[in-house]
Amino acid sequence: MSGVAIVGIGMHRFGRTEGVSGRAQAVHAARRALDDAGLRFSDMQFGFGGSHSAGDADTLVSELGLTGLPFINVANGCATGGSALIAADAAIRSGTHDLGIVIGFDKHPRGAFDTDPADHGIGSWYGETGMMVTTQFFGMKIQRYLHDHGIKPDVLAEVSAKAFRNGARNPMAWRRKEMAAAEIAAAPMISHPLTQYMYCSPAEGAVALVLCRAEDAHHYTDRPVYLAAATFRSRRYGSFEVFSPWLALDRADSPTVEASAAAFAAAGIAPSAVDVAQIQDTESGAELMHMAETGLCAHGEQEELILSGATAIEGRLPINTDGGCLANGEPIGASGLRQVHENVLQLRGDAGEHQVPGNPQVGFTHVYGAPGISACTVLTREEPS
Amino acid sequence: MDPSLLTDTAEGPALLGSRCSDCGAHTFPRQGGCPRCTGADMQDVPLARTGTLWSFTTQGFRPKPPYTGTEAHEPYAVGYVELPGQLLVESRLTEADPDRLEIGMPVELALVPFRDVPDDADGPVHTFAFVRSTP
Repeated sequence: MSGVAIVGIGMHRFGRTEGVSGRAQAVHAARRALDDAGLRFSDMQFGFGGSHSAGDADTLVSELGLTGLPFINVANGCATGGSALIAADAAIRSGTHDLGIVIGFDKHPRGAFDTDPADHGIGSWYGETGMMVTTQFFGMKIQRYLHDHGIKPDVLAEVSAKAFRNGARNPMAWRRKEMAAAEIAAAPMISHPLTQYMYCSPAEGAVALVLCRAEDAHHYTDRPVYLAAATFRSRRYGSFEVFSPWLALDRADSPTVEASAAAFAAAGIAPSAVDVAQIQDTESGAELMHMAETGLCAHGEQEELILSGATAIEGRLPINTDGGCLANGEPIGASGLRQVHENVLQLRGDAGEHQVPGNPQVGFTHVYGAPGISACTVLTREEPS
Repeated sequence: MDPSLLTDTAEGPALLGSRCSDCGAHTFPRQGGCPRCTGADMQDVPLARTGTLWSFTTQGFRPKPPYTGTEAHEPYAVGYVELPGQLLVESRLTEADPDRLEIGMPVELALVPFRDVPDDADGPVHTFAFVRSTP
């Protein structure tokens, strides 16, 4: 079995780009990733990609090149990028292919996501009576979490303040203006205890990655980053997920817990070895919960870590160094690959103003989304043994 | 609202769920398969009319369609209510002020208006909600 390396990365800036389609942003990202690896699209042996609302990834070949390659569409909500990456990892690790590309992109209308209950197998009454709203789920989940672990809600504004501080240092971020925690806490309440600036917004953007067999990596770059593990899990009976008219009395771990544990086990690396982490921060409470669910810290420990600055770029556990979803917005199909892009920059030492000091060696990424899915990666600068 | 969600009991209207004959797991609304043991022998069962608030939040803006509540948005709250021995059901709450809601408070089922229909003799459309119970 071959290992897998990332040898090219490309991004179209996140945020709002009027007049540029999601597909055009995807083509831009793909060309940047190919240039980064010194390759042409005709060198690609496979493609995996997807978007939630900006078109089919396999149609990008009309712009990138009609080379006959197998290009497979992936549709897995927030884990679309992660799923594309897992497919690419399997294609290379199995020996089926040597070299290929993954692409995630999206372009969403303004405002909160609106979802048809029928797509989730739920009766129309659920939407008609005002419960088919993702923001409510996050409010209820963090409300219960704060209660269970004795955490004060004040820390939620600090998570957003850090995201905007990091965004201000990242030229590719959407929101580049710092905001004080007091202002974030005083903003209009969306779903108690979460205010307007504690939620990310649907947005636009694209990311592409070129991957190859680990032993070939130095043909394309002098600074490969290795994909030590890529995992995906769906929900178990008893987990607390979005769009649930009911929940079981039995409580089960979130899919995040299993996806993270599987990623660390496959990589043979402990969570304590992580030097930089990008974790799903759909809202600030999500970052707080995911810190513990991924194994990066213990439940209840987050408050001290956040308030002491440990999760800042210069801290001992830097989290969401590019500003995360809070500062970049969430183009669903691109978000998971943005995290990988950021960790590759960090492990290469190319993150500029938002570079984590001290030569980070191990990066971790985590996405979580509807209807109860999580995808994680462990990235390393050294080739895994 | 969808009448198949409710049933009449001696104590008043109750939500109608399913109970798995094999493992005892409950669901709401009714469904044919058991999400716990994967069996397919589910029986209709009225859910408890009283429980305790397990978590809650508020809805600060009028949701996009398919929401059909009254046009002039009034903030409302939603929560999960623990029905002992059955499940946690998601529901609107009659109290919209988060400072007057707390995890663990006793609540009971009520049918409340959520959409005015001015020209309809039947009056406003109702939905289910939970209200703080008075001991």
